[in-house]
Amino acid sequence: MKKTFKIAFIILLCLGTIAISALYISQHTIDVLDPQGMIGQKEKELIITASLLMLIVVIPVFALTWFFAWKYRASREARHDPDWEHNYIAEYCWWGVPIIIIVILGIATWKSSHELNPFKPIENGVKPITIQVVSLDWKWLFIYPEQGIASINFLQFPEKTPINFAITSDAPMNSFWIPKLGGQIYAMPGMRSKLHLIANETGSFRGSSTNISGKGFAGMVFTAKSSTQEEFNQWVALVKQSPKQLTMQEYQNLAKQSENNPVEFFQLQQSDLFDRILMKYMMPSHE
Amino acid sequence: MLGRLTLEAFKHDWIEYLAGISMVLGGLFIVILITYLGRWKWLWKEWITSVDHKKIGIMYLIYSFLMLAKGLVDAAMMRAQQAVAVGESMGYLTSEHYQQIFTAHGVTMIFFVAMGVMFGLINLILPLQIGARDVAFPFLNNLSFWFFASGGMFVIVSLVIGVYSGAGWSGYTPLSGIKYNPGVGVDYWLWSIQISGVGTLLSGINFIVTILKMRCPGMTLMKMPIFVWATFVTMILVVFAFPILNAATAMLFTDRLFDTHIFTAEYGGNPMMYINLFWAWGHPEVYILILPAFGIFSEIVPVFSHKKLFGYTSMVWALVAIAFLSFIVWLHHFFTMGAGPNVNAFFGIMTMVIAVPTGVKIFNWIFTMFRGHLELKTPMYWFLGFIFLFTIGGLSGVLMSIPAADFQVHNSLFLIAHFHNVIIGGVVFGFFAGYTYWFPKFTGFKLNETLGKYAFWCWVIGFLLAFMPLYLLGFMGASRRLDHYDVAEWQPLFLVAGVGTLVILAGVGFQVLQVLVSIKQRKENRDTNGDPWNGRTLEWSTASPPPFYNFAFVPEVHERDAFWVMKHSKIKEKAIRKYEDIHMPKNTAMGFYIGFFSFLFGFGVIWAMYWLVALSFIAMIACVILHLYQKHPDYHVPADEVKMIERKQNP
Repeated sequence: MKKTFKIAFIILLCLGTIAISALYISQHTIDVLDPQGMIGQKEKELIITASLLMLIVVIPVFALTWFFAWKYRASREARHDPDWEHNYIAEYCWWGVPIIIIVILGIATWKSSHELNPFKPIENGVKPITIQVVSLDWKWLFIYPEQGIASINFLQFPEKTPINFAITSDAPMNSFWIPKLGGQIYAMPGMRSKLHLIANETGSFRGSSTNISGKGFAGMVFTAKSSTQEEFNQWVALVKQSPKQLTMQEYQNLAKQSENNPVEFFQLQQSDLFDRILMKYMMPSHE
Repeated sequence: MLGRLTLEAFKHDWIEYLAGISMVLGGLFIVILITYLGRWKWLWKEWITSVDHKKIGIMYLIYSFLMLAKGLVDAAMMRAQQAVAVGESMGYLTSEHYQQIFTAHGVTMIFFVAMGVMFGLINLILPLQIGARDVAFPFLNNLSFWFFASGGMFVIVSLVIGVYSGAGWSGYTPLSGIKYNPGVGVDYWLWSIQISGVGTLLSGINFIVTILKMRCPGMTLMKMPIFVWATFVTMILVVFAFPILNAATAMLFTDRLFDTHIFTAEYGGNPMMYINLFWAWGHPEVYILILPAFGIFSEIVPVFSHKKLFGYTSMVWALVAIAFLSFIVWLHHFFTMGAGPNVNAFFGIMTMVIAVPTGVKIFNWIFTMFRGHLELKTPMYWFLGFIFLFTIGGLSGVLMSIPAADFQVHNSLFLIAHFHNVIIGGVVFGFFAGYTYWFPKFTGFKLNETLGKYAFWCWVIGFLLAFMPLYLLGFMGASRRLDHYDVAEWQPLFLVAGVGTLVILAGVGFQVLQVLVSIKQRKENRDTNGDPWNGRTLEWSTASPPPFYNFAFVPEVHERDAFWVMKHSKIKEKAIRKYEDIHMPKNTAMGFYIGFFSFLFGFGVIWAMYWLVALSFIAMIACVILHLYQKHPDYHVPADEVKMIERKQNP
């Protein structure tokens, strides 16, 4: 009787935990599982497919472990074969089945690595927008070379338009991640990495750095806003009237260490700023 | 005279003072206790200078458990910070202090807990399992321990003098370079890794030679217990991987001190090269930790199932396959560096392939239980918990090995949940199982079962509470290493994780209590015949604890599970054999001295006290030379003495 009570209690506890977790998940947005962009959408599908495939091995492992541990426990006096240590068929099975699953997963990996290669431009017939990203100590600088504007810790772009990010760092390495839109890529000093994302909907998404870059790292949070093309044009026009001018000199001030920066907007005066930042690491000396 | 060491180095905030003072008081307490008990001489003669593998093993275990306490305090502090530091509240730690804590937590847990317990168990058991009287190079073994111990001291000393690194346990350049981290923190981190790394490398060589040359007659390679195989493969990984780490950190050191610009972004350096080198060591390191744990389970499951290990040959080949593959997967730690789809896909697929031999091992253990006669003692609990948690960790691991999927979880808390899932569920549970299983062998009495099971349940439930929320947080966009966050929705999950940490701490509390209670009840749980679990391998054929020479007669092996066969063979060879003199190594203090001077050497470099660097370097060389001139490093135990000891143990 006591044992039944114990088991019932454990089952209730598990169910309760699952219920609470389900409640929590249903009431909150899980960015990676609720993407607003094509890339994020495909990455989510990949995560789910792969997990299901692996369950083919994981479920038998769990089931067999618990079943054997229960069935062959000493007090049950089940059949005992102390010298049974080898069986070709069984061993072929658990070398073979996982190999087949890995082959399937491997093919999926090869395909998805090419399809979702962050360096590969998105083609949907719409002219892409270029945004240059520089990670600084400890903030994000976004440069719009075509629009002639720049901003700190805030970026806006039109929906359904491919975004070509060119990313570098003028600080220790960071990683540029907007989970609602899709995967991340490192921002490295002296190197230009690329990321191609697209937003299917309008909305404001949280972005951040995932790679430790020093004291103010936790504050490297930015908002990525997807809006209609008109709203975007209005926003650009507004920023163009900003009193702040981003010149090389102003950039030197901006690059100094600061934490939890507020959002700032600039007119871009130095149109080749990104390349200059990139190239300064190529020179024999700088600063 | 004092280099860059000034009074400034002793200035901290009150929490750091608290940590520093508690460390100093803890140290003082131990010193006073030993003085009070009058045990200094005993400590020096019996332990510090000992070359006995069993004593070195116990020293590794004690040192690692002390470091574990420190690592757990770090973990609890991080959880406490993240439970409160949301929105307006910045928590109780400064970001710099928080970053030091997670760096120290990682270094402590990997280098000085996991590696320490691993070498502890290997030292204790491996020579016994191969029927040897000691390791191949007993002095080197002692020296390895003292390098390891002096490396760990840098983590401790930095609590009082100066600061520790805040650049993460992996110390990525350029953040860990002189430009962004001019202070002593990174140097402390560097030297703690560098010096303990040398010790580890020496141990690796030592155990490879031990396994190849010191096996008892008849024990061919394919008759070795799987734990020996696992250790052998692990030590090969150590020998190939640790030089990479030592070289990478040495280059980082020359970057910092001599401006060599190997890993800087300027002057033609390449910081990404460091990251490649770090993980070229780092990924084999993961297997260096897990393979011995696999070995332990391969010993435990057959013993507690009263059945032969299923698929011995498969097990061996799986180990070898894992070891080989572990060197061609390192890039999966940074798919996000943008190496291109072909390179990423190659490393991703290689990573998945590792899941095959790992899965084979798991199925072989499960089928060892099939038609067995299972005694569900504490070690088996750890094994079942391992299967449960490690499989979940494996699933999330394979998921992350797909580059396109990894882009969405890399460096998020999902990653943190994953590697704690495999390290706690795999390595830690494996070591706890081994520790419980072999405890009677080196103390002479078993551990209390009830408290052991309480500890187990606390660990499993605590683990689930502490890390399942982190998987979810990763999916919600939470980066790792945040000392503060702006999303209020995350807080409940961090609170649950905090509660989980408390449950784990309760588990550790039960384990401490377990040792105390077991010491008190040692009479009831005494292991009288050296074979408390009805064991299968040679370590159980000698007394518990074994005499210092391990075996009065070197055993002879004809089959796998040698001791099982001896117990069950029809012809009982009880022929009275004549005792012989036993050739043993002498204790030596040189290992301790060299280790001590290596600490001063590192300390001197960190604080730019170059006279100290020069002096301690000369002292180290002098010690080595002195050791080489030792005329009689060995002695013979007379047959009569062996006879006396044996009579006493088996009356």
